[in-house]
Parts: sequence; structure tokens; C-alpha cells
Amino acid sequence: MAAPIIQVENLTKKYEDVIALRGVSFEVNEGEVFGLLGPNGAGKTSTIEILEGLRSPDGGRAVVCGLDPQRSGRRLKEVIGATLQATALPDKIRVGEALTMFASFYPRRRNLADLLRRFGLEEKRNAFYGQLSGGQKQRLALALALVNEPQVLFLDEPTAGLDPQVRREIYDVIEELKRERKTILLTTHYIEEAERLCDRVAIVDQGLVIAQGTPRELKQRAAGTTRIDVRLARPEPDGALAHLEGVADARELDGAWVLHSSRVPATIVSLVKYLEGAGNELSGLEISAPSLEDVFLELTGRKLRD
Amino acid sequence: MRTTWTLTMNRMRLALRTPVFIFFSVGMPLALLIGICAFFGRANADVIPRVLASVLALTVMGSFWGLSMQLVTYREMGILRRFRLSPVGAGALLASSILSNYFLTLPTVIIQFLIARWVFHMPATGNLLGVFVMVTLGTVTFASLGLIVASVTNTAQETQMINQALWFVFLFLGGATIPLSAFPAWLKRVALYVPATYLMTGLVRVLVSSESIFHLGPNILSLAGSAAVAFVISQQLFRWDPGSKAPRRAKLWAASTILPFLLLGMWETYHGGLRSLAPSSQRPAATQISPRPGTDPGAAPQ
Repeated sequence: MAAPIIQVENLTKKYEDVIALRGVSFEVNEGEVFGLLGPNGAGKTSTIEILEGLRSPDGGRAVVCGLDPQRSGRRLKEVIGATLQATALPDKIRVGEALTMFASFYPRRRNLADLLRRFGLEEKRNAFYGQLSGGQKQRLALALALVNEPQVLFLDEPTAGLDPQVRREIYDVIEELKRERKTILLTTHYIEEAERLCDRVAIVDQGLVIAQGTPRELKQRAAGTTRIDVRLARPEPDGALAHLEGVADARELDGAWVLHSSRVPATIVSLVKYLEGAGNELSGLEISAPSLEDVFLELTGRKLRD
Repeated sequence: MRTTWTLTMNRMRLALRTPVFIFFSVGMPLALLIGICAFFGRANADVIPRVLASVLALTVMGSFWGLSMQLVTYREMGILRRFRLSPVGAGALLASSILSNYFLTLPTVIIQFLIARWVFHMPATGNLLGVFVMVTLGTVTFASLGLIVASVTNTAQETQMINQALWFVFLFLGGATIPLSAFPAWLKRVALYVPATYLMTGLVRVLVSSESIFHLGPNILSLAGSAAVAFVISQQLFRWDPGSKAPRRAKLWAASTILPFLLLGMWETYHGGLRSLAPSSQRPAATQISPRPGTDPGAAPQ
């Protein structure tokens, strides 16, 4: 197998008194979509910006397309494409002008009419950047990231702040890139995004990769359990629900109990019996297959979007 | 080079789409010239060259204001950050802002010149090459000074405050609004350290007394030296990120931009005594401080 196109080993980074990265390591292979999933402040953006050459790490090693991002400057920028968490352009620049201008900075260029068509921006070619909607701005940001036919694409929170419909629109665009076998490293705090788009995911929390694998592998970590969300009329003491039959893990989150059970029917029967005995009542019950959210919950005891 | 040119063209397009730019960079300078000429020049067309020199100096000095604000705003909005992802260097971005500003200032200067000549019947055109050299140097220098301001300030508000303070000095101590000859001796000495003085006196000497640029050595050297120092330093201090703060050393570096004027000011005070301040027509006022008769080859008979 060819060497990974991105190699990250033990990256560390500190901002004044905040430790952003405590030793992040992962590898991305050519042609795969790799996701860094984690809550805000987990260190995703610091990692991606080190790989883009925008920040320097305090320690560790990073290699992108065989280059050291801190030392390769222009050479690195010619082979990568990227969108920032918030891309900004002057309000009075036209969509077509922005694409032409950024394309002119690179020796290798993609057909711009093609890019406009592909990102649904043909009709907006002469529109000012300031007149675009959030979704259109993000599609332009993606188009700009592709003007140089990059070998690797970095997408930092590509759908943050967009409404659900626009988010799905962006997913379609990224899925199309995925079909073309583009290598993409994206960061996200949306479970759906990671599950839908990524071939492999690294779960990042407090500056560390706490788990990585395909979304399926990671979900299997929730050890064949099913998630049961229980809402009660009155609170129950800590640990009371953890002793129910089949329950592997019980945590209280936002006023509800989240149980992971390997034997759902037995758990529900024993839950009902327990509540009867305790004189409590059930006000809500929801059963769902485990998601990456459950993996995160299991690993950290916190919700992804705390 | 190609990148700088692309960025320059792009900036010019953006500026021309901005009404504020048209108002401050074209409308105001023209209105100023027409207003002052109409007021003072009707009775005596001989004052027109002096008025034109002042208005040209103000037009040219305005560069520093626009450039510093634009750079800081671009940084605050995260626009510079997007450029940072591409293979564009700080030098190309800075050079393009200086160049686009120059190409946009030039037409205003030409129109001002033509209005002075044709509408207000300016008697002579002065040394045209000299005017071109002073306008070019002045625009580049004051634009570079703007970039220096942007490299030490963190927010648009801060930039505005520093600009106001500097503008006040340039406006009133450089001779563009109040003639240097009206200054008391001590204030004339202070004026020797102000960049605006060298632009203004240079413009007066080429426009009013048609002096050759070879007589404007100190003016040209100080302006060009300061532009070069300012450009290199602002390239070194360039910050791309909205959140990044100017390091403390930045302020020291930025201060070194005025080194050419400091040295020249000291040299002039010690040696020549305001020689470069005085156009031939204002010679007596200048020589009061430190007479050095017969050393000015451009001296015109009174």
C-alpha cells in the first residue's frame, strides 16, 4: 500500500495557558475521506491548521503530500485546497472574479466554468460576494478550494452555522468529491456528517484522539448495545438504573437517563418493575441504534455538543 | 510579479465599486481644489500653483489613511486568512495595495492639474517631471506609512485613532495648510522631522519655482528611504489572522520608519537650516533660522 498522504504523529500545541493538542496522531490514505469528530475546543481546528501550514506545532511531526507544512510554504499551498471555518472575501468581489483571481495564483488550474456549474454557481457568476446566501458562500469557498486541482482537501467544519437544508446540499457536493476519490480531511462536530461522509473517523477530545476507525467499527465499540432514552416523572438516585437487567451503562444527560443495553426487552421489563416498586412513573421512552454520539458518550461521559 | 499585478487590478476594481473611496479619493480632493482656487485664485492667478501644491500634497498624503484602514479591515474580517491558504505572500499583497492606490491617485492628480491650468488659469505648469516624481514618491511613501500603521494596530478603531493623530501632524505641520513661513522658528525645527514637510516643500519647489529634481535630493532621498524601510518592515510585521496581536517589538520596528526623517531633520537643523523647506520664493523666512547664503542653486530672484 502507498504511504499515507497525511501523517500526523504526536502533535502538541499550547496557546498561552491553554493546551490545545496533547499528542494527536493519525494517518490519512489517498482517496479517503477522513473526519476529525469532536466538540468545540477539542483541537480539531488547531490540527487542521497545522497541516495547512497556518500554525506551527510545539511538538510532534506532520507530513502532507510528502512535505513538512511548516517548511514547505508555497510548495505545500500549491498542492492543497482548503476551506476555513469562516471564509471571508470582500463584499464587492464578483463570484467569477474571485475564482479567476485565486486560480491565477497557481500553476495548475481547473476549468472554472466547470467549477461554477458543478457548484451551482453559474447564475451567480456576476453576483457580488456580499449578496450571496450562507450556502452559496460556502459553495464558493469549496469551489475556491478546488481551483488548483489539489491533492488533498481540508474542510474545517464545512457545514457549521448552515441550516439543515443547506447542510444537506453541501453533503451532496462533498459526496460527489468522494465519488471522484478525492482525499479529504474534514473536521466536524455533527455526528450525521461524520457517519454519512467519512470513510474513517478519529474522535478527538481535549487535544487527544480517543478512538479511530470506520464509523461502523466505532459503533461496534458501543458493544452491540442499544440506546434507551428514559424520561421519568421524578428523579431517581444515581446508579439506580445501572442495576437494571442487561444495562451496560447508565448516565443522566439533560434530565433524561441514557441506558445502553444488550438485552432490550429484559431491560424494559425490569425498568417497569423497578419504577412500580419506587412509585415513580415513566414519562418518555425511546429506543435507538447506537450512533457515534453514543461512542463519544461512552468514552467521555459527555455529549458531543455540551 | 504576475500575482502582484492580478491583486493590483482586483483591488482597483473593488475600490472603484466603493462609493466611500470615490468620495474621499476623487470627490473631496477635487472639491477642495475648486473651492480654494475659486476663493483665492480669482483675484490673483499667481497663487494657484501654491494652492495646487497644497491640494496635491493633501491628495497624496490621503493614501496612508485608506491603506491602513483597508489592511486592518481585511485582517479583522478574515479576508487575509483566505489569501494565506493560497500561494500569495505578504509582499505581493502589500505591493498590490500600494500600486493600486498609486494608479487610482494618478488620475485625480492629473484632473487637479488640468483644472488648475485650464479653469483657474494657472500661469505656468512648473517642472512637470518634478511634479510627477514628487507625486509618485509621495503616494508610495504615504501608502507605506499607512501599511506601517496597520502593522502595529489590532483593530480598525485603534487604526482610526492613530491615523487621526498622524493626519493632524501631516496636515498642520507639513506646510500644506499653514505655510511654513508663518511658523515660529521652533516650530519650523519640529517641521523638519515631519515626512509631510518634505513632500510639501518638494511640490512647492517644482510647481512654484520649477526647480529641477536634482535640487530636491533631501526630499527625494528621505521619502524614498522611508518608503523602502516602511515596506520592508510592514512585510516583516505582516499578520494574517484576525485574532493576532501586534508584538511589542513591532512598535519599535515601526518607529524606525521615521529614521530617514529623523536623520535628515538633524542634518538639516545642524547643517543647512531648513534649506529644503524653503522654496525659492520663501527664502527669507527660511534663512532667518540659520543663514547659509548662496548655497541654493535653485534660488530665484525675489
